[in-house]
Amino acid sequence: MTTFSDPPKASFRPSMLLSDTRYRSITFQVIALALLVTAIWYLGSNLAANLRAAGLNISFQFLGNPAGYDINQTLIPYTSQSSNLQAAWVGIINTLLVSFLACVTATIFGVIAGVLRLSNNWLVRKLMAGYVEIFRNIPVLIWILIIYTIMTAAMPAPSAFRGDDPASTMMLGSFAFTNRGVYIPGPVWGPGSMIVMATFVASVIGVFAYRRYATKLLYDTGRLLPMLWPSVAILLLPTIIMFFIMGMPIGLDYPALKGFNFRGGIQIGAPLIALWFALSIYTGAFIAENVRAGIQAVSRGQSEAAAALGLRPGRVMNLVVLPQALRVIIPPLISNYLNITKNSSLAILVGYADITATLGGITLNQTGRAIECVVLLMLFYLVISLGISMVMNVYNNATKLKER
Amino acid sequence: MAETAQMKVSDEVAIRIDNMNKWYGAFHVLRDIDLTVHRGERIVICGPSGSGKSTLIRCINALEEHQKGSIEVDGTLLSSDLKNIDKIRSEVGMCFQHFNLFPHLTILENCTLAPIWVRKTPKKEAEETAMHFLEKVKIPDQANKYPGQLSGGQQQRVAIARSLCMRPRIMLFDEPTSALDPEMIKEVLDTMIELAEEGMTMLCVTHEMGFARQVANRVIFMDEGQIVEQNEPEAFFNNPQSPRTQLFLSQILGH
Repeated sequence: MTTFSDPPKASFRPSMLLSDTRYRSITFQVIALALLVTAIWYLGSNLAANLRAAGLNISFQFLGNPAGYDINQTLIPYTSQSSNLQAAWVGIINTLLVSFLACVTATIFGVIAGVLRLSNNWLVRKLMAGYVEIFRNIPVLIWILIIYTIMTAAMPAPSAFRGDDPASTMMLGSFAFTNRGVYIPGPVWGPGSMIVMATFVASVIGVFAYRRYATKLLYDTGRLLPMLWPSVAILLLPTIIMFFIMGMPIGLDYPALKGFNFRGGIQIGAPLIALWFALSIYTGAFIAENVRAGIQAVSRGQSEAAAALGLRPGRVMNLVVLPQALRVIIPPLISNYLNITKNSSLAILVGYADITATLGGITLNQTGRAIECVVLLMLFYLVISLGISMVMNVYNNATKLKER
Repeated sequence: MAETAQMKVSDEVAIRIDNMNKWYGAFHVLRDIDLTVHRGERIVICGPSGSGKSTLIRCINALEEHQKGSIEVDGTLLSSDLKNIDKIRSEVGMCFQHFNLFPHLTILENCTLAPIWVRKTPKKEAEETAMHFLEKVKIPDQANKYPGQLSGGQQQRVAIARSLCMRPRIMLFDEPTSALDPEMIKEVLDTMIELAEEGMTMLCVTHEMGFARQVANRVIFMDEGQIVEQNEPEAFFNNPQSPRTQLFLSQILGH
């Protein structure tokens, strides 16, 4: 056996490969590796032979050819003359957009519902139990359809906003909910707006700095500064003052009815909203259960010991229960984020142009490059999922308990 | 031995429990409890499991609510008023059967958490106090480890130190040695005996009868939510009055 790094002792007998615990596991690993390599080689050569017999070859040249189809919602420049690769990029960015949005809102829904499910209030507790049970026990596909149908069937068409003063029929004069999507005002960046935004970013950093300082002051001198109001003031006041000093450089572009549709502002298409909302409430129900399990996993003794030391309930939660609950919540939360990313491929159902709909849908059908498209698709989802896993695992390791 | 048991007890009342009753739903856990504890008194509470002894001391720092009667700690009446509960909890320390150290914090952080956030002690001062008490329970060298890295006996001693960091005037012990190996029981009991010698007012639920004989100046026997009998340790062990006490003592001392 050439696989051994240490030459076997003189007493080595071949039968020890199976009977000795020192060699046994290595023997089995070598056998398993050999079987795996054989299987991959067999499948690979089989595929190559079949492709050859069918007159097909593996080539990614189609990615450079014009896509020839339109996409309704794009965040990067795209026309039907753009390449298939550009269409794939549009799809990737759309997938990442809806996954990110859904992860954020699902976490918010989940944390709120999970904490409220442990409330002492009977009504709140039961309502949240109802939310969790209803939403996680109906397939997400159905939820996407229901929400999309409500959006497209129950909302008025943009033309319903016609009249002498269309703005008066819009919510607050600037939001329009139509069967094509939601139209909201978008910002217009004038000269000097960067300074205002920089002030805002500085304020956000300032809030964190203030909180650190307050904690440090408590540790150093025992004085506890108020947290909430100073934080709000630091966050908003400098930006508002700078906004007026710079002569109000940031304006709003309101959506307005022009012809048959709204122009201006930001359009959030009905497919995106349906997908985003459905993924959020569906996965939020699962996250709610994770949060509840995490909080309940911290033994009652912990909060009792903290209470016996004189800590108030809010502090018990923040200083003792939550830091421990997070360790239980994070691993299943990773799974749920991965699920959102993968479930976002259901976008194709409502015509949202994610990567499955562009590269794995229209491009695949038009070019016939099924193997290449599916391989790229698999690679994309694999990379994204492993990426999310890695980031969350780093966080999880950083907060893990030390046992010895 | 004898000198510990005869340590001075002042006339000042530390805890006054008057006709206290508690129910869990329909189950009557504590019936008409009357108990007065003087400052410096060391009381051992024993009795069969389910007799309500843990519940009784958990009522004293409001970990459990009582439904009838009154509890007064250092002149503060225990009510649903959060201010009163805070005041009582800051004067009453407690140690639990399962230690309940915070596993995500180091030993030192366990000891400084409450002084910093409740007493608003500067961190440096809180750490000095913590090291003082960790030295007292003889584990200053473990200060930067985590609870999971310590033995059960060490953890319980840290738990005692953690309570002491809040400078309580009364200490409650809820079966502090029940989850420990015999060797570790001794190190925890030694710590408690030392505490008693310094005149700490102590209420201790325990089955360590040797500890009761050596340290307590009163032993209370509870059964079915009532105080059946209470007496000085010598009289309690040598001459129990009620048949229920006699049976209990014969069972736990019999082997």
